Amino acid sequence: MSETVSPVAVNLRSVWGRAYVRIVGANREPSWIFFEGLLPLLGIAVYVFIYQAFGARAIATLVADPTLSDTARAAAIAAAQANVNALVGFVVLGGTMTAFWMNVLWSMASQLYWEKEMGNLQLYMMAPMSRMSLLGGMALGGIFMTSVRAVTTLVAGVFVFGVSFQLTDPWMLMAVFFATLVALYGMGMMLASLYLLYGREAWNLSALLEEPVFLASGFYFPVRILGPAVAFAASIIPAALGLDALRQLLFPGFFGGQFWLLSVGLELTILLGLCVLFLVLARLSLGYMETLAKREGRLTSRHQ
Amino acid sequence: MALAVQTKGLTRVFDAKRKFLRRRKPENGEPAGPVTALDGVDLEIRDGELFGLLGPNGAGKTTLIKILCTLLLPTSGEAFVAGYDVTKDPFPIRTKINMVSGGETSGYGLLTTRENIWMFSQFYGVPSKVAKPKIDELLHTFGLWDKRDSKVRVLSSGQRQKMNMIRGFVTDPDILFLDEPTLGLDVNASRVIREYVMNWVRGQKGKTVLLTTHYMMEADDMCDRLAIINNGRILAVDTPGNLKRRLKKDTTFRLEVDPLKDTSPLKGIAGVKNFSETSDGGGSVLKLTFILEEESAVSDIMSEVVRQGSKIHYLHKSEPTLEDVFISMVGRSLE
Ligand SMILES: Nc1ncnc2c1ncn2[C@@H]1O[C@H](COP(=O)(O)OP(=O)(O)OP(=O)(O)O)[C@@H](O)[C@H]1O
Ligand SMILES: [Mg+2]
Repeated sequence: MSETVSPVAVNLRSVWGRAYVRIVGANREPSWIFFEGLLPLLGIAVYVFIYQAFGARAIATLVADPTLSDTARAAAIAAAQANVNALVGFVVLGGTMTAFWMNVLWSMASQLYWEKEMGNLQLYMMAPMSRMSLLGGMALGGIFMTSVRAVTTLVAGVFVFGVSFQLTDPWMLMAVFFATLVALYGMGMMLASLYLLYGREAWNLSALLEEPVFLASGFYFPVRILGPAVAFAASIIPAALGLDALRQLLFPGFFGGQFWLLSVGLELTILLGLCVLFLVLARLSLGYMETLAKREGRLTSRHQ
Repeated sequence: MALAVQTKGLTRVFDAKRKFLRRRKPENGEPAGPVTALDGVDLEIRDGELFGLLGPNGAGKTTLIKILCTLLLPTSGEAFVAGYDVTKDPFPIRTKINMVSGGETSGYGLLTTRENIWMFSQFYGVPSKVAKPKIDELLHTFGLWDKRDSKVRVLSSGQRQKMNMIRGFVTDPDILFLDEPTLGLDVNASRVIREYVMNWVRGQKGKTVLLTTHYMMEADDMCDRLAIINNGRILAVDTPGNLKRRLKKDTTFRLEVDPLKDTSPLKGIAGVKNFSETSDGGGSVLKLTFILEEESAVSDIMSEVVRQGSKIHYLHKSEPTLEDVFISMVGRSLE
């Protein structure tokens, strides 16, 4: 170039350029409001109805129980109603966070593989930007795009199912939410480079992460119910830890706290550790992958 | 004079067996053994040159360009772009180059033509206030102004190709690699692109273009110097004029005959340097182009044709073209 541009400017512009596609491009077609904003409510509704039915049965048992005094019965019913509200809130929150998880799997992890097939990857790799700016731009764009969808789902869910939240510690809530997102997208950035290495074989990994791990991460119920071992394993997926912490902050009285994984503070600490871990791993694996692909001629697709 | 590109013994072998963590199962049409795409290439392209690379399919042109664009590592040998080693120093190279290849499908369908070009310019750090007016100017030049706000997915392949060319020029590279840039473009669009490339190189100092093409006329008209490449080896490097002059002592004959049973005896005739054959008219006519060291060989060629019971429809002696140079070196024509 005739005038030299500082590397910082190159990388900031690169992040914005790549994020732009998702921020502007992805919202260009209004059909997303239905497919990605409102359709997830269906999945949420299934769990909501199940929990409401359980709640109704529990309350019916309480009403019919002759051993209870009137005050004890009223207190037990109120507690049961609070728990049902919390469970419904759990599901709405989980369904909302699902959007981020799906975005990480299908638009972060597999993205470089897509880009290669589309013919963009070689143009990215040829450009003077840092590869982390490319992934960072994808992540920022993805976070923005998905947040718009997630907020749509959340607002609609809260409205439709009448969930009431308790905002005990808004700063902590924000901290946990952003740490969860950074950890999640950091994981996506790391997976992106692995996918590029393994190509099509990596689809199996995504399928695995989508269904079984999805279930084990407690998107629709407190993950502790699956037993401490599964809960611990699932907490590698940042969404599980983050979701648990968010629920603790929004529904503090839920079942007397017996189903929480860890304390919020500890969960936040682990999340921050995961952020650093995933970002470092992403950088290392991307560098390694790039050299390997350049050696084997796999950076560009064959039909170019 | 400084060199824009320099390669020393550059070799690239593709060995499908040595892929990391891959079960060995050759993909469709993939050769079982290793393929030597580049074989000891020594090349020097000077600053400010419009340099052409001419070779048949699979000759190694794209492989060479990918190595120079820091997208592929050499198996052995060295390559320098703008004075930097492609293996050790890719980043300083990347700030100075860009590449456009024919039939490229890059970009995002949801973005408009303008947005797409702008996005790619950001990866080079071009400030938007510089990039945007330049994009508009280039959209006018390449006749794509009408499509500036169309989504990329509705563009025709020729329109996409023009967009890709703009993507290449908007970052104002010092060295631009063009891999068959006019592939699939109509006559008019090809002409606009050729003229723009020539003016871009010749109208300012320090701009270099490495171009590959299958069109002889394009190579002949545009390039300061040409390399003829076949099977990963450089057969000749010179100006188009000098290349043609090499054949001045030789004579070119073009023949059209009924299809022959066997063309191999023609090769052995004394005085025949090389020849190419293409069939035409649905296989009813065979077109032969001979490069002859001795004109007297014509009578031997004719008697061989007649001996095989074939008829001669047309015989013409002509000035050597670049195509004939190619035939004399590679033993087949490019078309
Ligand atoms: N990634 C790859 N893996 C294996 N073999 C490859 C790869 N890329 C190229 N080749 C092989 O290397 C040789 C040179 O290919 P290359 O694409 O450089 O030719 P080319 O001169 O550009 O041809 P064309 O005119 O058809 O574009 C071919 O035999 C090709 O099959
Ligand atoms: Mg090629």
